[in-house]
Amino acid sequence: MALMRITSPHAHGPRKTANLMRVVVITTLPGLFALTWFFGWGNLINVIWCALIAIASEALVLLIRKRPLGFYLGDYSALVTGVLLGLALPPLAPWWVSLVAVTFAIIIAKHLYGGMGYNPFNPAMVGFALVLISFPVAMTTNWATPVALLENPMGFLDTLSVIFGFGAQTVDAFTMATPLDVYKHEIAYSTALDVVQNPVFGNFVAHGWEWVNIGFLAGGLFLLYKGVFTWHTPVSMLAALAVMALAFGWDADQTTPPLLHLFAGATMLGAFFIATDPVTAAVSPQGKLIYGAGIGILTYIIRVYGSYPDAIAFSVLLMNFAAPLIDLYTQPRTYGYAKAKRGGKESE
Amino acid sequence: MRQVWDFHGGIHPKENKTQSSQSAIAPAGIPPQLVLPLQQHIGQPAEPIVQVGDRVLKGQMIAEAHGPVSVAIHAPSSGVVSAMEIRPVPHPSGMSDQCIIIDTDGKDEWCELSPCEDYAALTPNEILTRIRQSGIAGMGGAGFPTEIKLHPPRHDKVNTLILNGAECEPYITADDRLMRERAEEIVLGLEIMAYILRPGECVIGIEDNKPEAIAALREAAKETQIEIVVIPTKYPSGGEKQLIKILTGKEVPNGHIPADIGVMCQNVATAAAVYRAIRYGEPLISRVTTLTGDCIAQKGNQQVLIGTPIEWLLEQNGYLAQKGSRLVMGGPMMGFTLDAINVPVVKTTNCLLAASYKELPPPQPAQACIRCGMCSEVCPAELLPQQLYWFSRGQEFEKAEHHNLFDCIECGACSYVCPSSIPLVQYYRYAKGEIRQIQADQEKSNQARERFEFRQERIEREKEEKEAKRKARAEAAAKAQAAKKEAAANKAPEPVASNDKAAAIQAALQRTEAKKQAKEAPQKATGDTQAVTLESLQKKLISAEDKYSKMQAAWQDAQVNNPERAEKLASAVTSSKDNVEKIKQQITELGGDNTAAVPAGPSIEELKSNLEKATGKLQLMLDTLEDAKQNHPDRVEKLERAVEKNRTRVSLAEAALRDADNPQKQTESTESEG
Repeated sequence: MALMRITSPHAHGPRKTANLMRVVVITTLPGLFALTWFFGWGNLINVIWCALIAIASEALVLLIRKRPLGFYLGDYSALVTGVLLGLALPPLAPWWVSLVAVTFAIIIAKHLYGGMGYNPFNPAMVGFALVLISFPVAMTTNWATPVALLENPMGFLDTLSVIFGFGAQTVDAFTMATPLDVYKHEIAYSTALDVVQNPVFGNFVAHGWEWVNIGFLAGGLFLLYKGVFTWHTPVSMLAALAVMALAFGWDADQTTPPLLHLFAGATMLGAFFIATDPVTAAVSPQGKLIYGAGIGILTYIIRVYGSYPDAIAFSVLLMNFAAPLIDLYTQPRTYGYAKAKRGGKESE
Repeated sequence: MRQVWDFHGGIHPKENKTQSSQSAIAPAGIPPQLVLPLQQHIGQPAEPIVQVGDRVLKGQMIAEAHGPVSVAIHAPSSGVVSAMEIRPVPHPSGMSDQCIIIDTDGKDEWCELSPCEDYAALTPNEILTRIRQSGIAGMGGAGFPTEIKLHPPRHDKVNTLILNGAECEPYITADDRLMRERAEEIVLGLEIMAYILRPGECVIGIEDNKPEAIAALREAAKETQIEIVVIPTKYPSGGEKQLIKILTGKEVPNGHIPADIGVMCQNVATAAAVYRAIRYGEPLISRVTTLTGDCIAQKGNQQVLIGTPIEWLLEQNGYLAQKGSRLVMGGPMMGFTLDAINVPVVKTTNCLLAASYKELPPPQPAQACIRCGMCSEVCPAELLPQQLYWFSRGQEFEKAEHHNLFDCIECGACSYVCPSSIPLVQYYRYAKGEIRQIQADQEKSNQARERFEFRQERIEREKEEKEAKRKARAEAAAKAQAAKKEAAANKAPEPVASNDKAAAIQAALQRTEAKKQAKEAPQKATGDTQAVTLESLQKKLISAEDKYSKMQAAWQDAQVNNPERAEKLASAVTSSKDNVEKIKQQITELGGDNTAAVPAGPSIEELKSNLEKATGKLQLMLDTLEDAKQNHPDRVEKLERAVEKNRTRVSLAEAALRDADNPQKQTESTESEG
């Protein structure tokens, strides 16, 4: 009688990649809720629109590559890329910006490198960086004004028509610069006390943004609790950013203060949802610490000294470059060895 | 209280132990036929000492240990040896091997045993011999001969003797039941081992999910120095290296065995078997095996005779074969599937897991690795499994080795947690196999190269020896000549400078030559040189030199291969040399240049180009061979033969070139003299 011959181990744990991806999407909801609450419908529409494009582009490439659609779409990785881009792009960014970002992310940054698991760069951040460089106006002038600061905030349909360009709605009345942008430019000729008078800073750190970041922080902590990723990358990234901000930005009259760095912009989204993308990150615990710290330091440097108000995308991409090298030099010490191996050569 | 350490990683799979741990160990019964593979242990197979048709008694040795690493095999029940043949054996590859088949008679009649009331009356060596004779090999899974293991190499002192009662694999409860029911045997077995090794401490490590076993062992070890250490349940804490880390905090250094750090690990079932072997003289003829899984009606542990066909055992216990079910020998983490049920239970069979489709569903199709790192979080060897996976998959074996692939213990924790269902362990087995194959091939080609180099060296040495002999002969000849001149006055008997026959002949020839020269000298003086033109003389010189060099080569060759012919040739060589000298002299007398205008035969250039061509071709062939070794193993042998042929061709060409070169040099030296 012939039985199945399968090699060990025969038992398998309950974890599935698709579940991991799904839980990542679900845990972005607090942040998305905060975005929608404080900045209107823009991000929600963006997220849905980006997710649709992502799945469509993924399906298109899979068809071209003659891969089974159900199996690969079922891993939800395209959905994650789409959702993250939808969250990262300016709420009122026109539809074609999202289209370019997402299709580029899925087709070029992901599938041309071999598809899921083979891409050296975070696809969402590649798409984001592309549109940030290509369409700087669309990417900087479409940040929604907090709803509370508007007398007559846009409804869902208005937002939809603004994003998709129906009708002659002009968005200027509904947008303003982000807190990081405002602080960076105004502190040059003003004092901290004057700068924070700008309504964009609200009462706490930055109007709305603090809650958005707290939302992503909560989602990220849940993922951490679920063991989707380890603490190393987000903690080292936030710590490095905080240390940099404390060391060089202790004087709020000179540069952006630490709290604004941590709770404005895409910091928490970056720390818990972007930098933790395992495919493009370093592998070992030690490597993750270096990788995360690198992102934190670069984020600070680009935010303060660069010409862009936020820097998560560039920092993550730069550290993606470094990840293989970091891996090579941070191999763990294997059982029975006096010390860990370093680099590619046999150590003495 | 002993400090318990932790090891990196580990997992907590569903234990599934209660299905089989609830009932006492029951005898499995005597099957109508027993199939005993000659190799159930690591090392050399045992050597049969019975004939087909012999009646054997229970406990009688039927195959003896053969070679240093081997153990004996005994008849598990009385009966008749009905065959000795190749039968399928339990092995991951599904292979067959030599087995002794016994048709049992149901009488279960014991042979005479030699029990020993007090092991202390025996010397450690006597005990070790008894263990070897009793056929005991590690019963935890690997089956390493226990007697060898109890002989630590390099006389390492064992400080800590550990009994492994962790039994961390899900489903298996054989050791659990054994510890509950036969704790005393285990403790006494440990004492016997301690008597041999005299360790500083004895520890029994046991996972905290076996409270009854812990209580039983504590009770049994009450009056002894043995320490029962309860360790947290975590797979794979029963791995030897992991258990050592847990209990001692020490790690077995890479490339070493536990004895090197003064630790030895034995399985609890092995200890019980040692006790029975010494106390009652009972060899290892049965073991406790867990029968579990949803496809078995009566789950539990049974005392199964070694050699019991699994088919029979399953039938006895209500095997419900289902579509897609799996039969695993061992546990679900490290066991292997049996693709047929006509194999026997062997000394290492601790569990038979007949899992239903639902229990162990077939593996999901593997998705892409997202490098989530869960595998490295759980790896008890602290490897980077996902990197090893990339390297194995990409056949970058050097990198895989550099990332310590060979420290992987194949526990399966990485595959267990992999969210993409990648069969990681399978990739590591593949890579290990490939690397071992490459190493074997490398070894083979190294040997071939060494052989070739040695041959070249030998040829070179022989040549040098020949040259040295030739020089010795020449010296001897010179001496002889000098001696002869001295002796010419008093007509002394011809001196022989050396025993070497060839040298003597050479000397004799030299003498004759000297005589000839003496005769010719006046002739030359008066000879009619005018008759010969310079041109013709030069032509003569060329042909004479050519003839001389050819003859010299032939002579040298003959000296090695055909001494008789060498004697004849020697005179011819001398005369041809004389001839050359003569013509040269004539030319000099005529005032001409005595250099040969063109070298006769194939020119040096031609020979050189021949050699180059041959070498080039050889190189090409070697390259092809290298390529073939990797891609077309079937062609390798043919190519190797061709390469060998070509090597001969090259060496021939070299020889020809040398031969052509030498006379020229000689001519040159003659020139400078003249």
